[in-house]
This record gives sequence, structure tokens and C-alpha cells, in this order.
Amino acid sequence: MPLAKRLFAPLLLALLSIGGNAALAVPDIQHWRTDNGARVYFVEAPELPMVDIRVVFDAGAARGGGLPGLAMLTNGMLEEGAGGLDADTIARRFASLGARFSASSHRDMATAGLRSLTKPELLQPAMETFALLLSQPDFPAAALERVRKQMLTGLQHEEQQPDEIASKAFYRTLYGDHPYASPPGGTRASIEAISRDDVEAYYRRYYVGANATVAIVGAVDRGQAMQLAEQAVGGLKTGHPAETLHPVASLQEAQREHIDHPSSQTHVLMGQPGVSRGDPDYFPLYLGNHILGGSGLVSRISEEVREKRGLSYSAYSYFSPMRAKGPFVLGLQTRNETAGKALQVLRDTLVDFRSEGPTGEELEAAKRNITGGFALKVDSNSDILGYIAMIGFYQLPLDYLERFNERVEAVTAAQIRDAFRRRVNPETMVTVTVGAPQ
Amino acid sequence: MLRQSIRFTSLLLAALLGGCTQLPVNTEGGKIATSDDGTIHEYRLDNGMQLIVKEDHRAPVMISQLWYKVGASYEHIGITGVSHVLEHMMFKGTEKHPAGEFSRIIAENGGSENAFTGRDYTSYFQQLEKSRLPIAFELEADRMRNLQLPQEEFLKEAKVVMEERRLRTEDKPTALTYEKFMATAFQVNPYHNPVIGWMDDLKNLTVEDLQQWYRTWYAPNNATLVVAGDVDPDAVYALAQKHFGDIEPSVLPPQKPRSEPEQHGERRITVRQPAELPMLLMGYKTPTLRTAEAPWKAYAMEVLVNILDGDDSARITRELVRGEELAASAGAGYDLQARHDTLLLLQGTPAQGRSIDELEAALRLQIDRLQNELVSREELARIKAQVTAAKVYELDSIFYQAMQLGMLETVGLDWREAERYVERINAITPEQVRIVAREFLRPERLTVATLDPLPLDDNTSAMEVNHAAR
Repeated sequence: MPLAKRLFAPLLLALLSIGGNAALAVPDIQHWRTDNGARVYFVEAPELPMVDIRVVFDAGAARGGGLPGLAMLTNGMLEEGAGGLDADTIARRFASLGARFSASSHRDMATAGLRSLTKPELLQPAMETFALLLSQPDFPAAALERVRKQMLTGLQHEEQQPDEIASKAFYRTLYGDHPYASPPGGTRASIEAISRDDVEAYYRRYYVGANATVAIVGAVDRGQAMQLAEQAVGGLKTGHPAETLHPVASLQEAQREHIDHPSSQTHVLMGQPGVSRGDPDYFPLYLGNHILGGSGLVSRISEEVREKRGLSYSAYSYFSPMRAKGPFVLGLQTRNETAGKALQVLRDTLVDFRSEGPTGEELEAAKRNITGGFALKVDSNSDILGYIAMIGFYQLPLDYLERFNERVEAVTAAQIRDAFRRRVNPETMVTVTVGAPQ
Repeated sequence: MLRQSIRFTSLLLAALLGGCTQLPVNTEGGKIATSDDGTIHEYRLDNGMQLIVKEDHRAPVMISQLWYKVGASYEHIGITGVSHVLEHMMFKGTEKHPAGEFSRIIAENGGSENAFTGRDYTSYFQQLEKSRLPIAFELEADRMRNLQLPQEEFLKEAKVVMEERRLRTEDKPTALTYEKFMATAFQVNPYHNPVIGWMDDLKNLTVEDLQQWYRTWYAPNNATLVVAGDVDPDAVYALAQKHFGDIEPSVLPPQKPRSEPEQHGERRITVRQPAELPMLLMGYKTPTLRTAEAPWKAYAMEVLVNILDGDDSARITRELVRGEELAASAGAGYDLQARHDTLLLLQGTPAQGRSIDELEAALRLQIDRLQNELVSREELARIKAQVTAAKVYELDSIFYQAMQLGMLETVGLDWREAERYVERINAITPEQVRIVAREFLRPERLTVATLDPLPLDDNTSAMEVNHAAR
């Protein structure tokens, strides 16, 4: 067996050098601003006769004020009526053109997107409807009541799922008074309390040019992309960017919460505030986490929890970089009887990694995985769209993708150990378990 | 997630191979066909293995997918879940590459890899920078015949799969209801069994069961290799010959039809589980492209399901979610590409203050309407616009393109069916939709399941299943 392993190595090295020399196809990102202040990011992709446009507002749940769910409800109402058109007409217009409208609401971002063929007789009318949704939503009262009820049903759906229960409790405990504690889907009380005026005021404050990022990828040239961006968001008032988010407070002591649920498994989430976008420790933490629990079955956590012990189907860790510090999360699910043991293995794996850092071999393997896989990250229009929307929304440097591999290569084992020791503290973590009574 | 079973394949097309999986009669290798647009190339190796290459030169990457004609619908009660457990064990080592090394090598090469098991297929894939295809082929060819299946690894992995079952099914009231619904609708048809297997079968599975399954089905003449991306088709063929060409073909067991006997009347079950929300499932037994007496009937069903639930302007969302506000969410589904007869599935959760009975009555009215009124030209035109656009959008994903080709072949259809899809949909008339609605959406083909929530804070976690004919 070892012989076979060694024999295989020269083949790998040979191929690695080929791959290493191959020119990286980094998308060429063009950037400008519309007159009303929206930041536009564009990548020309002439191969397929289609175009994707995504408008991102800094209008996620973090901006919900005292009304959890307001951000999501507002976002969900865009397609329910605009410029005098009702929801049926809007849906029929997109469908009859083969166009797809999408909207989503998260903690930082609220998005609205359109995918269309580039034939002018399809793209133009689709864009007209899209622009109407963004700039002239009507928020019809009857539709608002229906969407409100749907959100209440959504809350019930979450309450029957142990993973959702755990996630909500985790964010609530981790973030305390910070807006990130607010559940994007709202609470029963807040959903029932939101008025049409609240929705309208929220829209007026946050769905404005100065608070918008537009990402465009497709078979259009720069001139056409400028027209598309203008058409999509030109009708918005200039307004102001969203307020600066409060910094996230560090946890002072460990917190442990258990929620009884009649499930055969216990879901475990453990973590603490992690990193913000643009954080100077981001790359050491990203690489370190890749080795710890971010690379699927070859990560340490998966090796210890799943491969060695068969305790869980999915065991992982990740940093979720956000506007303010997003969470560092470790998680797994295991049958109720083994919850204590699995949690111990998860903790021990983190503690060991934090004190020892990665081995040189692990670090090299991680770098090869990440840099060698770069081409896969940007191999489709939808991948590129996601990246440029992220780069634009968080105002990362335009050469973020171009320099990504270089930054990964520059990370040392000492930097990872140092960053984990400074930024990760296993003694002050939030641990949430949902399952059988303990 | 990793190593997952994909059970609700909502992909567009597909179906099987009845009793014809013997050694191919014509074993002459080489290039067999090219698509009209010149981007898809089909080859056959001398040992019967099929290779399909789809060129996509947009980015310097490629995906390799190896599809085996085996999945849950090949299993029988007692060993259910064996295809999926074997899929997990395929990462547990050969003599040349011990447990875990497959994943480590692909990772070190910047790749991502995984596998999925469905009712009619087991598929393994690697996505890599284009020059690294030889690595994927070498590893994949090695584990086609040289898997070791060590007992201690099997015991751990069986536990992992039982955790997976708890995660996906046992603790998800909607998934549990779906499982019991399928087991009620189909008594003989192997779609009776869940892909992940019954818990009792998983607990009693042995490494010998896996060995036998592996020896029976993992053979070059039972596999379709699909490569999509920035590759040269003839070079891929040469590479496939180098790595897979020397593997001896097997004699494959013939497949029995396992057809469902006539139902003779509606079936109903209630699943009582701790939950917050009720749910309704209704399914009419329906042929697929593979089993239909004429292909147009399957395509007419495909159009019919899009009339009900193709987009936000389709009937269910427009009339039941928005119009009457009966459902918080509701939808319809149909699997064109299954080996065996499947279901036209209707599913919904009542809106706040509305009942399961009201929702069921409304869905039945939708069916009546399809049987009695012709769908409008405008609705048909809309579906056709959607399908035409979707054909372009799907080109944005090499994974999807490869998957479509691999699945079609694996369920016993022809990869060219993907090329014909838009044309076939465009040919369907309002009359044909009404004909299939009348023929297949009949009470004596219907099964209804309701999820009846028990309180979540009552830890007695009772579960009862009542069978009652109405």
C-alpha cells in the first residue's frame, strides 16, 4: 500500500505543475456608478445568449430595527404588485418571456434578480417589469396580509425542524443586543405587528440608489450594461447608504443552552463572533478553518467525528464573514444517546487545532486544494455574479479575485496558529443543543 | 451535503432498461455519434462501457461523472439502502488507494468530488481543472473493480448512514410522510422503498451484502462515463481506453419488470407525528417516458405539470396560493425520466385558518378542470417560452449538462432525448393534455396521505399509520 502511494506521487506532481502554469481565467470586472449613486459591477460573458442582473440592497434583517421580519416581508412584497400591475400580471409577464425573477433576504443583504435571454424583444420588456418592481412597488394591502400569513406558516415550519430551532437560538444567544440576533423570518409577535406603513417606510429608507449594488454578467457589452443598470435602478431615489452597523461584542463567558425536541437526533451548534468582510485575519482564519472543518470529508472535524467514529453524517465548521463580525460556527447532528460524546470530540478537535495549529503537510494540502480549485469557483455566469455582487456589496478591492490565490499562498502555519489563538476562544463559546432532554 | 442520496430529482427528463442489460451484442468500440450542434460526442469502449463527452470551452475546467445502472429500484426488501451504503463505501479504499485517499488526492488537486444515489442510478463525480482529468480516471477505474470493503470501515459507515437517515427522514415529519405515502402508493413497483433504505434493513445489512452488490453491478458494461467541459473529445476517449479499457465486462442479471398491479380504488393514509403544520400529498400513478405506450403521453404529462406548477403564474400558485388563499405553499411534480411508473404528485400546506380538506377539494377541482376544459393557447405558449429559455440557462452549468446526459442513458433512454426535449414539448396540443388527464388522473390511481400534527412538546413521540379506503 505505501508503495502504491509513493508511485502515485510523481504523477500528481507532474500534473500539478501543468495546472500551476495554466493561465488563470480571472473575470475582468468593470465598475462604475449610476447617477443616483448605485455601484455597478459588470463582467462581460459573451458565450451564452443570456444575462443576469442582481441588485443588492443593504437592507437585510440587520436593518429591521425593532421589527424582526420587516426586511424579509418588504423584499417579498416587491413581486406582489408594482406600478398598478397585480402579482398575477407580473408573474405572467416574466413567464411569457422566459425570464426569471428572484428575490431573497438575509441578515446583511436583500436582493432582487432577473435572468433573461438577451434577445431585445425578450430582454427589454422583462427589464421594464423588473424596473417597475424595484422603483414602484405598490405593497397592496390584501397581498400584504397574505404574505404575512405565509410568513407565520414559515415560522411554524421552522419550529418543527431541530436544525432551524438550533440556528435561531444560536444567533439569539451569540448576538444578544446586536441586530444580527434578529431572526430574518421574524417572530410571531413582530410579523403580526408590522403595518403597511412600516413596509413602505422601510422601502423608502433602504431601497435607494446610494444603498444599492448592481451586479451584471452576460452577453452584453459595457454600453448595454450601462443601460441595463440605469434601467434597473435609475428610477430609485438617491437616498443615503444604510447606517454603520454596531460592532459585535465579544463573549465574556461560555453559554450553554438546551432545547427539548422530540427528535431522534440532537443538533449541536457551537461558536462565537468570527470575522467581518475585509478583516485582516481573514485569510489565516479561512485557511485554518479549511483544515479544521471547512473542506468536507478531508477536514479534521469530519475525520474525528464521522470517519473515525461514525457519530454524524455531517460535521463541519465555518466562518461566515459579514458586514459586522459574522459567526464562527461548529456543528453536527448525532443520535441523542451520543450527543455528549460527539460534542466532546468536536470541542477537543477545536482545542487541539487551536493549540497546535496545522501541520506543514495539512497547510500545503489546503493551499493546493484552494488555489488549484480557483478555476472552478468562477466557471459559470452564476458563480461570477455571486462573487461580484459580494465584492461590490462589501466594497472589497476589485482585484480580490485576481489576488485571491496569492493571498492564500502567503499564509503561514504560524499565522494560522496566531490568528486562531487571538480570535478563537473555546472557553467563551455559545453551545446550543436541540434534541431529547439531557 | 456529502455523499447524499438524491431522492426528489426534479430534473427535466428520463427512464430504463427492462430486461436488456446483457452484454452488448455489438462490442465494437469507437465513436458512435455526434450531436447536431457538434458539441456532444458518444463513444463505446470494447468492453461495452459508454463514454459521452460534452464540449464547453467557456472555462478551463471539466467534470467527470461515472454513472452506474443501479440504485434503490434494483433492490428488494431485506437489503434496501444497499446501493447508497455501497456508494459511501466507494470512498473507503482499494489496495492501491487506501480509505480516504481518493478524497485527499482530488482535494490536493483543487478538485471537488462527491457521489449521489437515486432510485435508478448511482453516480460519482469529480470537478477539476481540465489538465487533471487523468487523475479522476485513474482513481475511478481503480475503484470500479478493486474496492476492498473492510469490515471495520463498513461498521462505522453504516452508523453514518443511519445518522443520515435520522437527519433526512426520521426527524423530518414531511419526509417521513412522503416515505409512507410512496410505500402505500406502490406495493410491487420498487419505488415502494426509500433510497436510503428502511432502518431495520440498514441495521441488518452485512458487508457480504455489499460485496455481492458491488460484484454484480460495478462493471464497465453497466456504466456510462460522462465528461463535460474544456476538453478534446478524442483525447478523452483515448484516456478512457487507457484507464478503463482493460477492465473485463460482466454478465449482468436480467431485470424483472416488477410492474404494479391495478389499484382498484383510492388509498388514504394518515401519519401522526409531532409537527407544527399539516401537509397533504396526492399522487396519481402515471407512466414515464420509458414506460408510456407512446412518448407523447409522457410529454403531455410534463406539460400538464407545468400548467399546474411551472412558475409563479401557473394555476396552483395563481389560484390556490394567491387567488383563494387556500395554501401557504402548494405544488405539483412529475418525474419524466424514471425507469418505472411514477406519480403525478400534488403537495400542499394549508394557509392559516384553512384546512387540509379544503385544500384537497381545491386540488381535485384542478384535476377535474384539466379533464374537462382544454388548456388555453396562452398557457401553452408561456410554457414553451419557459422551456426554450431554460434550455439556454442550463448551459451555464457543466454539472447539469453532464447530469442530464448521464441520467438519460442510465434510466434506459437515449442522451439525444435532451436535444429533442424542446421540440417534443412544443408539439404537445391542448387536446393531448386533456387525454392524459382523463386517462391517468383517475380516482382508482390515486393515493392520498396527510400529515396530522401531534404536539411537539409531548415527548411520547407516537406514530400511527392508518390505512383506510374511502
